Amino acid sequence: MANAAKVELESRSGLAHIEVRGMTMAYGDFLLQKDLNFTINQGDIFIIMGGSGCGKSTLLRHLVGLHPPAAGEVLYQGSSFWKLAPNERNALMRRMGVLYQSGALWTSMTLAENIALPLEEYTSLTPTEVNELVSYKLSLVGLKGFEDYYPSEISGGMQKRAALARAMALDPETLLFDEPSAGLDPVSARLLDDLIIELRDSLGATIVVVTHELASIFAVGNNSVFLDAQSKTMIAGGDPKQLLAETDNPIVRKFLTRGEEGLP
Amino acid sequence: MQSQSLRVSYLTDNSLEISFLGDWCLTSEVVTWQSFQAQFEHYPESPKKIDFISSGLENWDSKLLLFLVKLDAYAQSRHIPVNWDGLPDGAKGLLRLATEVPERSGARRRTRTRSLVYRLGEWAMGGVEELTGLASFLGEWLLSIGRFFTGRASFRWVDFNRFLQAAGAGALPIVGVISLLVGAVLAFVGAVQLQMFGAQIYVADLVGLGVVREMGAMMTAIIMAGRTGSAYAAQLGAMQVNEEIDALRTMGISPMDFLVLPRTLALILMLPLLCLWSDALGILGGLLVGVSILDITLLEYLQQTKEAITLSDIATGLIKSLIFAVVVSLAGCLRGLQSGRDSAAVGNATTSAMVTAILLIVIWDALTTIIFNRLGI
Repeated sequence: MANAAKVELESRSGLAHIEVRGMTMAYGDFLLQKDLNFTINQGDIFIIMGGSGCGKSTLLRHLVGLHPPAAGEVLYQGSSFWKLAPNERNALMRRMGVLYQSGALWTSMTLAENIALPLEEYTSLTPTEVNELVSYKLSLVGLKGFEDYYPSEISGGMQKRAALARAMALDPETLLFDEPSAGLDPVSARLLDDLIIELRDSLGATIVVVTHELASIFAVGNNSVFLDAQSKTMIAGGDPKQLLAETDNPIVRKFLTRGEEGLP
Repeated sequence: MQSQSLRVSYLTDNSLEISFLGDWCLTSEVVTWQSFQAQFEHYPESPKKIDFISSGLENWDSKLLLFLVKLDAYAQSRHIPVNWDGLPDGAKGLLRLATEVPERSGARRRTRTRSLVYRLGEWAMGGVEELTGLASFLGEWLLSIGRFFTGRASFRWVDFNRFLQAAGAGALPIVGVISLLVGAVLAFVGAVQLQMFGAQIYVADLVGLGVVREMGAMMTAIIMAGRTGSAYAAQLGAMQVNEEIDALRTMGISPMDFLVLPRTLALILMLPLLCLWSDALGILGGLLVGVSILDITLLEYLQQTKEAITLSDIATGLIKSLIFAVVVSLAGCLRGLQSGRDSAAVGNATTSAMVTAILLIVIWDALTTIIFNRLGI
């Protein structure tokens, strides 16, 4: 594991969409992960995996520009995020849609108002057009007719889907999901996985998913990075199915087989 | 129909060929659905089928899909078969997603306007509910106090100490500054009037009695309503949002004993003490004005104050502040526990706690002033 930092990720078809170079993540003096190097290609469904507390969600927050990296950089289509001017940075952030772990819908607004807010802020659409667009986005996630509901009035799975509709409001190029299937029943989780693939194919969006659900990882992922809490860096990457077939790293094997292999 | 973004040809076999041209993005100007639909009505015969050509289509996003969704609904209503094959694959996929799940029947909200009588009744019932809620909260709180004195109420003393510090020592600076200034202002206003009669020495009486009997207790209570009462409401409201209060209940721990009791007890212990502190600094404020502006010596002022104020005046203020403490802490806790489960509800709970507390403080102050006056205390 000495040269774990040099884990080479195979690049698949498509252009490099997001590149992480030599990134270190830390909260103050507390080091979370170091020497992160990987590339997310256009049209990938990229999985960020690893055990609890290894910094998966923090990595996602770094990718969407909520935290500056302690060292290294994140490049979007070649330009480094933190070297851009603030207004360019904002424009870049608008081209990303994030589905937060708990949905993070604004609870004092109806679903329609939640989705309409970014549209009203950043487009010059008329109110009628915004309403039509809101209904369309809700119909994409199977929530047609729920425009006037408040987040507290619908189930957890529906909240997740409504949050996804909000993340897609501005037709983002990149969709990022933080634990999309957490708290969902297996059938709903499966439907969400299908939806993720469908959206990638239809929208041509690049998708980044933070998860530790093995079923989801193998069902949707075509590229990945594996973070390890012990060595505080990435120890594997690439297509998860291939990783399962080929890797001989005991930590990765243990993770990908639910602990059935690689036990002492 | 011809335009920069759409070309529609009505072919001889009664089919309609729709070609999308150029950009179909949210930011681009395209044919509106209305004008397209108007065109539709003019055909001599309803088309037998609809085909698409998208070879001229460049960039597209939700704008294209909005058009297609409407076209789909319209074609269905007119029973015209649509052949989607000519569209880009992505657009076909999205259209399938959008139309896959039918609208759940009964999901849409209907807003109903109610008659005046209905709304009046609803308002009155709401009032009754509010009052019963208040009464049962008060009753539960008294039972909880009873459990506390028989040693059966459980809360963490660490929490209690923290509340004591926040509601006591932590409030000394703000209560001190405001009382000092109120005392000084009172002295200043009084001095202007009393000087006309050469009775400026009575400024000490005015400030002393005013602060000790009325202002001290009321100012402290209002400051503490803003500082601590609202904090209680916000804390409990946030716990309600987080389901922390439900977690306590399911473990058989009474939120009344565990959360409300230490908060109210802390404020009930501390508010009278803060009231004394406020009295002292109010008098100091008056003294500073008296000595510096009115040529009264320090000793004269103190002597006059000592003669003006009796122990029962101080007790009057303390009794009031004790009641205010109950009002402020209970209003904060009640509104916090009644809070809804979203962020706006926590804000409403805090506002409502403040309004309730200040309203009750002023009403209670007016009442006690009249009662004490009648009793001649």
